[in-house]
Amino acid sequence: MKIMLVDDSKTMRNIQKSVLAQLGHTEIEEACDGVDALSKVAAFGPDLLLVDWNMPNMDGLTFVKQYRAKGLKAPIIMVTTESEKARVIEAIKAGVNNYVVKPFTPDILSQRIGETMAKAA
Amino acid sequence: MDNNFILPFIKSTRNVFETMFHLEVTFETPEIRTAPMPSHDVSAIIAMSGDVEGTVVLSFPSETARRVVAVFTGGEGPMSNEDMSDAIGEVVNMIAGGAKGQFKGKNVSISCPSVVMGSSHKVYGRKDIVTVAIPCSCDCGEFMVEVATQEAPSGSGVVGAAKVAA
Repeated sequence: MKIMLVDDSKTMRNIQKSVLAQLGHTEIEEACDGVDALSKVAAFGPDLLLVDWNMPNMDGLTFVKQYRAKGLKAPIIMVTTESEKARVIEAIKAGVNNYVVKPFTPDILSQRIGETMAKAA
Repeated sequence: MDNNFILPFIKSTRNVFETMFHLEVTFETPEIRTAPMPSHDVSAIIAMSGDVEGTVVLSFPSETARRVVAVFTGGEGPMSNEDMSDAIGEVVNMIAGGAKGQFKGKNVSISCPSVVMGSSHKVYGRKDIVTVAIPCSCDCGEFMVEVATQEAPSGSGVVGAAKVAA
């Protein structure tokens, strides 16, 4: 399964990569913001995306809207510090499939990935 | 000092350190900072805007920062300033984000973090907002969370700012 990590923090991407490696996922592409991610999605063709919200250049919500506007269907998990209910609803309306609030444990991230892929199957 | 704007940062700091680093944090009594004083060696700054405005500054001595980042990243080897800056910035991002989530009924945005690295620098907050310093310690050493926030005047939404001096 091809997974794209979109987060401006290399530290956070590395933590997510570590969790994904434990789950057996090693085919991973990284992007540091929404603009970078949009430039890579066509070539990489992710089956799942983990997307931060607050990023420079293009935030995660804008990225999700533009990604969905292209007709792309891969499930998206928002991984963010934005925990308010209104933000979660806003993200889901934009096309996010699942949500992980930072800080998170590896177990929570693993669980959300499992749930998301099971629903998408 | 409005506890409604301070307690969320204490709770959020505890949550971030326990969840991500498995580190218990001890908090001393928060105090109002009346004048800028020498800070630490690494400071991460985030601005808040919207219904609550101001800044949050997370400051460490360099050795404490290095230890926290080593726990965060799982790496014990040498780390670049860029890696240190990235990790510490993410820590303050999680603390500020977790705190703002506790401001019930408030629409608040946070900026991307900025990180300052340099021995004994000072961080000057906005003059019109009281700064509350929260001394903290964990197994990695002592650090400080400085919160300068207030309810925004109606129709404001001005992004808070902080100045740094070496």
